[in-house]
Amino acid sequence: MTAVPQPAAAREEQTQAIGAAHAAPATLRPVMPAWAGRAASRLGFTLLSVGLFCALWELLWALGISDPRLLPPPHVFLGNFPEQAKFFNTAQRWQVGVGLNTGPSPAGAVMITIAASAARVFAGLLIASTLSITIGVLVRYYVAVEKLALPTITLLSPVSPIAWLPVAIFLFGIGDAPAIFMVVVALFFHMVLATISQIDGVNRNFINVACTMGATKFQIYARVIIPAILPGLLMVLRLNLLGAWMVVLVAESTGVGYGLGQVIMLARNTFNPSLVFFTIALIGVLGFASDWTLRVVQKRILYWVPETTGVLRGL
Amino acid sequence: MASRPIRPFSSRDAVVCRNVSKVWADGTDRAHPALRDIDLDIAPGEFTVLIGPSGCGKSTLLYLVAGLEPETEGEIWSFGDRVAAPSPDRSLIFQETSLFPWLTVWQNVSFGLSIRGTPAAERKAVAREALHRVGLTEAIDKRPDELSGGMRQRVAVARALAMRPKVLLMDEPFAALDVQTRTKMQDFLLDVWRESAASILFVTHHIEEAIALADRVVVFTARPGRVKTVVPIEIPRPRDPFSPRSEALRKELTDILRDEVDRAFAEQEALAPA
Ligand SMILES: Nc1ncnc2c1ncn2[C@@H]1O[C@H](COP(=O)(O)OP(=O)(O)OP(=O)(O)O)[C@@H](O)[C@H]1O
Ligand SMILES: [Mg+2]
Repeated sequence: MTAVPQPAAAREEQTQAIGAAHAAPATLRPVMPAWAGRAASRLGFTLLSVGLFCALWELLWALGISDPRLLPPPHVFLGNFPEQAKFFNTAQRWQVGVGLNTGPSPAGAVMITIAASAARVFAGLLIASTLSITIGVLVRYYVAVEKLALPTITLLSPVSPIAWLPVAIFLFGIGDAPAIFMVVVALFFHMVLATISQIDGVNRNFINVACTMGATKFQIYARVIIPAILPGLLMVLRLNLLGAWMVVLVAESTGVGYGLGQVIMLARNTFNPSLVFFTIALIGVLGFASDWTLRVVQKRILYWVPETTGVLRGL
Repeated sequence: MASRPIRPFSSRDAVVCRNVSKVWADGTDRAHPALRDIDLDIAPGEFTVLIGPSGCGKSTLLYLVAGLEPETEGEIWSFGDRVAAPSPDRSLIFQETSLFPWLTVWQNVSFGLSIRGTPAAERKAVAREALHRVGLTEAIDKRPDELSGGMRQRVAVARALAMRPKVLLMDEPFAALDVQTRTKMQDFLLDVWRESAASILFVTHHIEEAIALADRVVVFTARPGRVKTVVPIEIPRPRDPFSPRSEALRKELTDILRDEVDRAFAEQEALAPA
């Protein structure tokens, strides 16, 4: 910009404009609170990140590098929703007396399938975490429990969930129960061991303080050890939530009424890559949403844990 | 080791240590002697300060007196009772801050009362009183991570005071503070001590702090810690840190401590492989 002498009036106008720009955020604030702005920016970056990935994929397709019959790009497998949706919730469509074209709407069918899988994941997660945290605490509370249970738990913890699949079918046949069992068994052993190591990591001083104040063993566990391990446990829970989503697909692919795993299996058997990728996209969104939910819960319960991400970003 | 005969002691004494030794991990190949043959008497209402080279076993002695660790040999008594387990009568303020981050300041201060099942309203009143004494009434509803290091230490002191202990064990409570805050905290501690009539066993590395606070300064040898000298500080309070008597004591204690640290280093050198 060259320094052209300006008339006084124009200069005044400019300073006024600057003043207005400064005042603008103050008037905007009631419309859009700070947290909403942060959430919007985070969502924006999520979309951008996914968008870039999809764009790359589309580009490879447009250049003819990737074969659309094997790796159909997003606009193909997301484009024809009713076509994809007719593979969902097949159970109800195959019921006796139900015509091929009746049954839930395409969106309804997808929702039912999603809800079925999500319910299995959360039921399994709930059972696994309740069981494993209880047993983990009992192992440290009673030496007898440690001696009797810990060796077996340690022995079984490296067994892959796949190996449990026949066991699930022997025990529970077909339906919701084996799928939930698979989720539980995949998470239980690791979560017990994680709980124990969390307990062992509790700051000795916390326990000593409670001791000098005359706390009983029960009080020390209830008032000090449990709150002290809660942050670690919720982190373990979040990591295992993603594990639960992986296992539930394996379990469902063996044939339960309906579920995302079954759709994937169907897609594989009928060689339908579009359906595979459509389902993968659904699972990704679901995993993301459930992790986000758990993170909100985590922040609610762990009001005392300071936020460190901001500090790390600043490095 | 043939145990020495036990010197007689009064059951009125706040803390009595007789022939106390502590070996960490005793009976293993990691055995590590920390204290040897400690004889120490602390009268009711007395302010005793413990100094000594780093690692000589000062914290260890506080743990033993608090009842958090068993002694390997010897006996520890408090007001006529053998110390066998922790007791609310003997509060320990730890070297590192140890407030529960999931509780507010007042809940931390009244934690000991909640253990006894005191109702919340009464607990809050006691907490407010104790916080008032450490000058932190306005922080009553804050959480520990919202406080500065010095404020946290004061909350820890309030928590110990709320138990109305007969013996207050303090492990370098002001080590992390700047000189001004430290001086303020010392004055405040002396006030609290006078009001509460508790006996205090206070560990520090600062000779100035020892002279400002103590009725008696107990100097430990290098590890394993033994009582090297006991220096009474007979200066009337409030004390002027720059008076000739303070200066003379500072020199005396500095010399004793330097000897001890030199000896510790010489021993280390002799032990180190060439
Ligand atoms: N829990 C423990 N297990 C094994 N050894 C220990 C333990 N605590 C302390 N020690 C050892 O006992 C010795 C005395 O330690 P202590 O903490 O009592 O020293 P200190 O005098 O308080 O030192 P500082 O002034 O640095 O705090 C040290 O050599 C230390 O290595
Ligand atoms: Mg120490």
